[in-house]
Amino acid sequence: MDKLTFFTDYLSASLRLSVPLAFAALGGLFSERSGVLNIALEGMLLSGAFASAAGAVLTGNVWGGMLLAITVGGIVGLLHAYLCVTLRVDQLVSGLAINLTAAGLTSFWSRILFNSGQAQQLPGIQAIGIPGLQNIPIVGSLLFNQDPLIYLLFLLVPFITYLLFRTSLGLSLRAVGEYPRAADTAGVSVTLVRYTAVIISGCMAGLGGAYLALVHVKFFAEGMSAGKGFIALAALIFGRWHPVSTAFACLLFGATEALQLRIQAFNLNIPYQFLVMLPYVIALLALIGLAGKSTPPAALGIPYIPESREQ
Amino acid sequence: MRHESSRIWLLLSPIVAIASALLVGAVLIALSGTNPVTAYTVLFTESLANYYGFGSTLTKTAPLLLAGLGVLTALKAGQFNIGGEGQIYMGGLGSTLVGLYLQGLPALIHLPLALLGGFLFGAVWGGIPGYLKAVRGVNEVITTLLLNYIALNLVGYLVHEPLIEPGAPSAYSPLIAQSAWLPIILPKTQAHAGILVGLIAAVILWVVFARSPLGYQIEAVGLNPVAARYSGMSVERTIIIVMALAGGLAGLAGSSEVMGLKHRLFEQFSPGYGYDAIALAFLSRGNIAGIVATSLFFGALRSGANVMQRSADVPVTVVYAIQGLTVLFIAISFAIERRFRVIRIK
Repeated sequence: MDKLTFFTDYLSASLRLSVPLAFAALGGLFSERSGVLNIALEGMLLSGAFASAAGAVLTGNVWGGMLLAITVGGIVGLLHAYLCVTLRVDQLVSGLAINLTAAGLTSFWSRILFNSGQAQQLPGIQAIGIPGLQNIPIVGSLLFNQDPLIYLLFLLVPFITYLLFRTSLGLSLRAVGEYPRAADTAGVSVTLVRYTAVIISGCMAGLGGAYLALVHVKFFAEGMSAGKGFIALAALIFGRWHPVSTAFACLLFGATEALQLRIQAFNLNIPYQFLVMLPYVIALLALIGLAGKSTPPAALGIPYIPESREQ
Repeated sequence: MRHESSRIWLLLSPIVAIASALLVGAVLIALSGTNPVTAYTVLFTESLANYYGFGSTLTKTAPLLLAGLGVLTALKAGQFNIGGEGQIYMGGLGSTLVGLYLQGLPALIHLPLALLGGFLFGAVWGGIPGYLKAVRGVNEVITTLLLNYIALNLVGYLVHEPLIEPGAPSAYSPLIAQSAWLPIILPKTQAHAGILVGLIAAVILWVVFARSPLGYQIEAVGLNPVAARYSGMSVERTIIIVMALAGGLAGLAGSSEVMGLKHRLFEQFSPGYGYDAIALAFLSRGNIAGIVATSLFFGALRSGANVMQRSADVPVTVVYAIQGLTVLFIAISFAIERRFRVIRIK
């Protein structure tokens, strides 16, 4: 393998590994921009991964799996919204409860449905080359010969940016997350916005989980999200709740993970465990470096109580 | 009157939450094709009413209790310590190092030193996020979570390379010196003195919170950091101390696993006790006697689940679902309770 192919292969792997993170982080962006803290991303990713495997087995079709993952992710989002918005449960506690429950339920059902606790080899999705563009050296294979979900992500990032900063829907979302009292006075339903945002975050994280199961490894393994939801959350903070910089933060974490899979090729004597550790270390260092510089939405984590005089 | 009814609720709400979770668990068991009554009967009689089963329950209760105390202590100061799992790994590592490299000491000295090693390693692992929170304002939830994965892989590396027993078929360290083993307390079972370490820690903690200025300071910071600061307390210092203490307690859970049960360091030796500990701390609502009771319950669930899997063919994982659901229901009960309180005040 010559150096150039190695390099493009590496970039391509980085891109693929950042996809689940990016779906989860961009989903989390909706939720957190609306003021609902979302550490449940981990449980949503895991539920999505499981649902996609179950859906793919039941329908014999990748897209059936994807659809079920989005649906189940949305239901988990609905639960998080109900707990946080309607019942006003502490948002951290709700997220933790969802993560623990998701871990338990998915491993229970996977042992029942897939016997050994691992789904058999699942159908994958094919890369679709874009005629003409895919023949450009380096960039072509990297950007224009990928699977449809990567294209979807390429479209989502500018779309979400536009939605957030250029439309009245985006304005309502940001207003609810920054100053719900004002949004409420202006006639925006804080409850509706927060429910919608958290459900969207569930759907997107569910899709990220589906990518993890159907594209990365083609099977479901218990606990396979392995903290990726938390890394997505770190990417969101690192990206300062902006879609473009959040997507780049995810790419950075994806590139770190790809490094771990490829470093053996360099024949460097770095223990495998240190490479697995790397994304978590970088996420930690990123959080430390950004401390005090990354300002979350003002109402993040605070339930909105219409009848109270605070806020 | 109000005070009295809320005290009853304090005891009742965890019971209602556990009962609801067991009910959902029963539906899951039924869906998997087993009679839930049979399954639960096997689970609880084997884990609580059978001598050997009870021994195994105590073995699992010990790390749960210690890690649970770790989460609870941090929660008293308003800090979410989600890093119990990583602190358990570091604690196990600390005790292993003392157990391996300080040979030839009498047990009376070696055993406490090995426990201290575990406590200190855990305390460092808890103290780091405490420092980052207090001094740099980094949210402790995400840092403790990330540190879990770092500790897990660090221990994984150590038992694969520098600490591996020569010629071992898989990755584990050599046996620690016998002078650092926690003694067996129920003959012919695995039940070891780790549970006593947990109970002693619980009593000490109870005294700290009920009687000492430190305990008062921790609770003051937890209830109202602004007021605590005005009254002259250092909120930052309290947060660092409390997170180190929390990490140390969870570290002892790792010590107990290494010194009482496995006698060597394994990769991935904790089956998620650090995460169960979060459930325990919420269930017991800051009450130390409560955490002793709930960790015994969770210990029984874990030990009974193995028997249930063998004799009733129900996957062990149903227990993890039940534990998660317990937290979910206790969270809901918090919300309902607050609503009641609002209505009463009106």
